[in-house]
Amino acid sequence: MANGNKGGGMSGLLDHVRESQVWNSIFRPGSPFRAGYSDSPRNRSYVIMNNVLYHLHPVKVKRHGVRLSYTLCLGGLSFFLFIVLTITGIFLMFYYRPTSPQAYLDLQALTTDVAFGNLVRNMHRWGAHLMVLSVFLHMARVFYHGAYKPPREFNWVVGVLLLLLTLLLSFTGYLLPWDQLALWAVTVGSTMASYTPVFGSQVSFVLIGGVQITPDTLLRWYVLHVLFLPFIITIFLAVHFWRVRKDGGISGPL
Amino acid sequence: MAEIPEHILRRSAEARAKAEGRSVEEVLAELKGEAPPPPTSAASGAAPAGRDLAAEAESSGVPQHLLERAMRARAKAEGKPVPAAGGGAATATATATAPKPAAAPAPAVPPGVRTQRLLTVVKAGAIQQVKREPHDKVNVWPHLLAIEFVALLACLAFLIVLSIFLEAPLLEFANFNEQPNPSKAPWYFLGLQEMLAYFDPQVAGVIIPGFGLAALAMIPYVDKNPSVRPSDRKLAIMIFTFFIMAAAVLTIFGSFFRGPGFNFTYPWRDGIFFDDLKAILE
Repeated sequence: MANGNKGGGMSGLLDHVRESQVWNSIFRPGSPFRAGYSDSPRNRSYVIMNNVLYHLHPVKVKRHGVRLSYTLCLGGLSFFLFIVLTITGIFLMFYYRPTSPQAYLDLQALTTDVAFGNLVRNMHRWGAHLMVLSVFLHMARVFYHGAYKPPREFNWVVGVLLLLLTLLLSFTGYLLPWDQLALWAVTVGSTMASYTPVFGSQVSFVLIGGVQITPDTLLRWYVLHVLFLPFIITIFLAVHFWRVRKDGGISGPL
Repeated sequence: MAEIPEHILRRSAEARAKAEGRSVEEVLAELKGEAPPPPTSAASGAAPAGRDLAAEAESSGVPQHLLERAMRARAKAEGKPVPAAGGGAATATATATAPKPAAAPAPAVPPGVRTQRLLTVVKAGAIQQVKREPHDKVNVWPHLLAIEFVALLACLAFLIVLSIFLEAPLLEFANFNEQPNPSKAPWYFLGLQEMLAYFDPQVAGVIIPGFGLAALAMIPYVDKNPSVRPSDRKLAIMIFTFFIMAAAVLTIFGSFFRGPGFNFTYPWRDGIFFDDLKAILE
């Protein structure tokens, strides 16, 4: 083998692995993880171009866009919080049953019996609040930079939908602890929906699955929270990111 | 080589003869392998000794002085001595090495074929200047990705520290018969709930947020101002900031200044009636 004369032990094994067919099939040419990577302009391009990251980033961006004070990373952090919420949410699903007394009991058990259960629940709760905040601030940042102007008009509309979906995701999750705070906050919120002109009672009926909040509402909002709304928001996120790339990346300097 | 039918060979020879300006018989003989191919233009890599410009001018229809000028210019550009341009003195050498139009035995243009050159005047404005504006760009890897990764780690660290020290609220088991006083919506809806104190529920709960969202979505189609400079869009910034501030004030008011019965209260006097953050703030 070509690497026969390289150092033995761990580093030799590592070289062997990094030159193997399996390794090279995973990391495409230009990847920093490949053997013999060198920091050249060509390889810097390949790191993005030959990578799934090419869906999110072009090879190069305008210099002003990299400045932290321009975007404050708010859009990226919103997406990151969404991922954190997905991961912690899946963890919570292992210990939660959306039925009437059980939901509350499961939460109590989660905070006392499950390893890291309380931490993960706290992360899910505070992360959700942070995401609402960061999505809102992201919108404000985009407005003050005039980044919604042509050709980015439609992406702003998609962004408004994403803000609405974020609020709905947070609101549907609010009921799930099935405690006094959840029950009555959701009562107040969904009562507002029943004031919709013309078909207010129908909207309310569909939303809470009956004429008033019952354990059935819990199941309904659970499904909305863990399946339906994440599915919808993922589609709009994909469109949102794709349009960012297609509309010319980060908006121009002021 | 497979036998090629005579008529196809003939057609091919005619086409090639027309293209190269030779006689059909000559090309046909060459295709059949009966005669060696004539010297190609590759052989004329050596500087042409001389050209019969008069003959060329005759055959191609280009005035002789233009041909002469072109020849001089090309010689100058290639750094070669200007070849002798004469009447018929150089004809003998020219047949061997000169470009094809000068080949004497085969007329440059078959009889009956007229060649012409088209000249056109292109106005300066008609030329599209494709010039890329100079961009000051940096590679995403490593510059942007490094920043994003650090931002991600900082965000995650902040969230974990927050979650270690702050307990998410979990009150008593849901009781349909005992409504807490006050009962408040999640904080991001408290601005709306605050408006319920001033307006009809239909207005505050549905019409204002509905129109608000629609107006938000329509901003890019209403704001036709193409500039992104803050100094050029004072009105837009003023309006947007007004609504942002109004929402923030209503939300803060609903969160901290509303007590039992959703009546006005001072948080420093009566305590905080905001279960979302009660654990943190007390």
